[in-house]
Amino acid sequence: MSDTHSETVAYVRETMLPQATPPASEVGAIKWLRENLFSGVLNTILTLVGIAAVVWLVQAALPWFLHGVWNANSLPECRQIIAETWGEGAHGACWAVIRERWNQFLFGFYPSDLYWRPVLALALFFAAVAPVLFTELPRKLLWGSAFYPAVAYILLWGGSLWVPISVMAGFGVGWLGLVAARRTNLPLLGPLAAVLLPLIWWLFLAGPVAGMLEDIIPLGVEEVRSDKFGGFVLSLTIGIAAIVLSLPLGIVLALGRRSDMLLVKALSVGFIEFIRGVPLITLLFTASLLLNYFLPPGTNFDIILRVIIMVTLFAAAYIAEVIRGGLAALPRGQYEAADSLGLDYWKAMQLIVLPQALKISIPGIVSTFIGLFKDTTLVIFVGLLDPLKGITDAVRAAIEWKGVYWEPFIFVGAIFFVFNFGMSRYSMYLENKLKRDHR
Amino acid sequence: MSDTQIAREVDRSHMQVSDEIAIQITSMNKWFGSFHVLRDINLTVMRGERIVVCGPSGSGKSTLIRCINRLEEHQSGRIIVDGTELTSDLKNIDKVRSEVGMVFQHFNLFPHLTILENLTLAPIWVRKVPKREAEETAMYFLDKVKIPEQALKYPGQLSGGQQQRVAIARSLCMKPRIMLFDEPTSALDPEMIKEVLDTMIGLAEEGMTMICVTHEMGFAQAVANRVIFMDQGQIVEQNEPYEFFNNPKSERTKLFLSQILGH
Repeated sequence: MSDTHSETVAYVRETMLPQATPPASEVGAIKWLRENLFSGVLNTILTLVGIAAVVWLVQAALPWFLHGVWNANSLPECRQIIAETWGEGAHGACWAVIRERWNQFLFGFYPSDLYWRPVLALALFFAAVAPVLFTELPRKLLWGSAFYPAVAYILLWGGSLWVPISVMAGFGVGWLGLVAARRTNLPLLGPLAAVLLPLIWWLFLAGPVAGMLEDIIPLGVEEVRSDKFGGFVLSLTIGIAAIVLSLPLGIVLALGRRSDMLLVKALSVGFIEFIRGVPLITLLFTASLLLNYFLPPGTNFDIILRVIIMVTLFAAAYIAEVIRGGLAALPRGQYEAADSLGLDYWKAMQLIVLPQALKISIPGIVSTFIGLFKDTTLVIFVGLLDPLKGITDAVRAAIEWKGVYWEPFIFVGAIFFVFNFGMSRYSMYLENKLKRDHR
Repeated sequence: MSDTQIAREVDRSHMQVSDEIAIQITSMNKWFGSFHVLRDINLTVMRGERIVVCGPSGSGKSTLIRCINRLEEHQSGRIIVDGTELTSDLKNIDKVRSEVGMVFQHFNLFPHLTILENLTLAPIWVRKVPKREAEETAMYFLDKVKIPEQALKYPGQLSGGQQQRVAIARSLCMKPRIMLFDEPTSALDPEMIKEVLDTMIGLAEEGMTMICVTHEMGFAQAVANRVIFMDQGQIVEQNEPYEFFNNPKSERTKLFLSQILGH
């Protein structure tokens, strides 16, 4: 009865149709080409223009790369070798400058016999973030990550081991204060002790205690001052520290901006709008010049530390806004469901709201991180040797490399690209892993 | 009577109303801005009562039950839930909320957690129940709403009806003494409404104190011992279901019933 005209008479289907395979024109390479490259007159033209542009670019740039010279002692020597090998008028890259000066691009003026220290610090950094980034790893490894900042400090700057130890001890002091305050029955005393005691420790006690311990048991490694830092050691130090510090600060600011408490909200909004409204370079100048006027005379506040603080504040304001977007995208019902189950504000934020809001914000947060990392090259304006301009200028100041432009920029750009592309890939991995709708 | 068919005979043997007061609302008023959304509400709910609240949209029925666990704040009058008065005291609010379960129109499951984690979250973090015990309780209630096999899936993988049953189980895991239902079947396909109503009937048969905002009049007939009709933020009429449906007193009620039952 299946051939009955279903439109004209009453109809009942008796057999359900099975799935059929699609016709040949709907699968395969021909279909892909037609759909993606030649689906119309305009698209065909665009495809051809695109191919032409790629061919032209490769044609123009490829010889320059192929003619590249690695073994030479100066730019004129490079040019001579290229002219001899490829004929007069041929262009070629002079990679010899990278071979000769790669250590300055990577380490600045860090003492060469101590190169292993920043390298080890970077390797340990990857070991320390691994348990944070990949939840499959055992959670106990996070304890190791907690001590990484002290290890990194001693590796990068050296000096007395007692300095980072006494700084880390501040956290222990705060914890002891919290435990002691729990014994009493005053609810506000705990958080107050946890914040105030470490501050007192850091401001007044940490320094003398470290000095005293150093007098009793001298323990330390060779010190490297901040003005020796340069190139990627500098960029990575500032970039990683600011990335790690700005995320928690950004979360706090985003929650503050959505708070019902007027003062908290006003402070958060004021901070975010002020920082976002001012160029980063202004903040860096403030860090390098003005902070010295405000701090008591004789305070020696390390310039890299000051820059890290300013870059952190700058990135935190942007991250706060990105996370605010994530918070706003959560349906009201999520907050209500958490409330109706009796979860208090902090538990609702920690367990329900932030995991979802942060997931939504991942692309924005990683974009901010990438921007932050690239912005570390702006420290050139406060006299630090960033890899892009500071070091390149220093290299070009040598008579034999005068006139080298493209090669250092390509080299530095490629290293930035590796780090940033890595961050971008990780964010895509994370987004995929956290996908919950269709599995 | 209505488009909802209640498939089985409802067992009324445990549906006794005790003389203990569960919720007492006295001359309560609420405004949204300058809009007077709830006007002089007086309502006493005894333990074991099953109340259905109905009325046209915008009549304040959802707002009323949301005031009972302080998702909405009332501006005057008193609300006493299980002997605890709702004031701005956060401790009291959290206490009431952990005793009162709520089921929402749009389920509001936590999409980033598995079904099992959705169910164990509040017992573990609010009641401080050990994880294993919380999971056993969760499986018991999942069994009860007839979807234990979905425990390790995520909410997005379930149908609407299944999600709403999970939401009911999630509330039950807190062992609440009162359950509030805010239009629990309004966002569901007709085929799924029945499975959710069956779950709710099962709950009523065990003697749970329930307040349901719903337009499922078949459910009201079968389960409720009181139907409340609201309009313009006021309780216009309340009665036991048979009288309410067959012999409505106010003109507004008659009009409302003729509109929802007449088609």
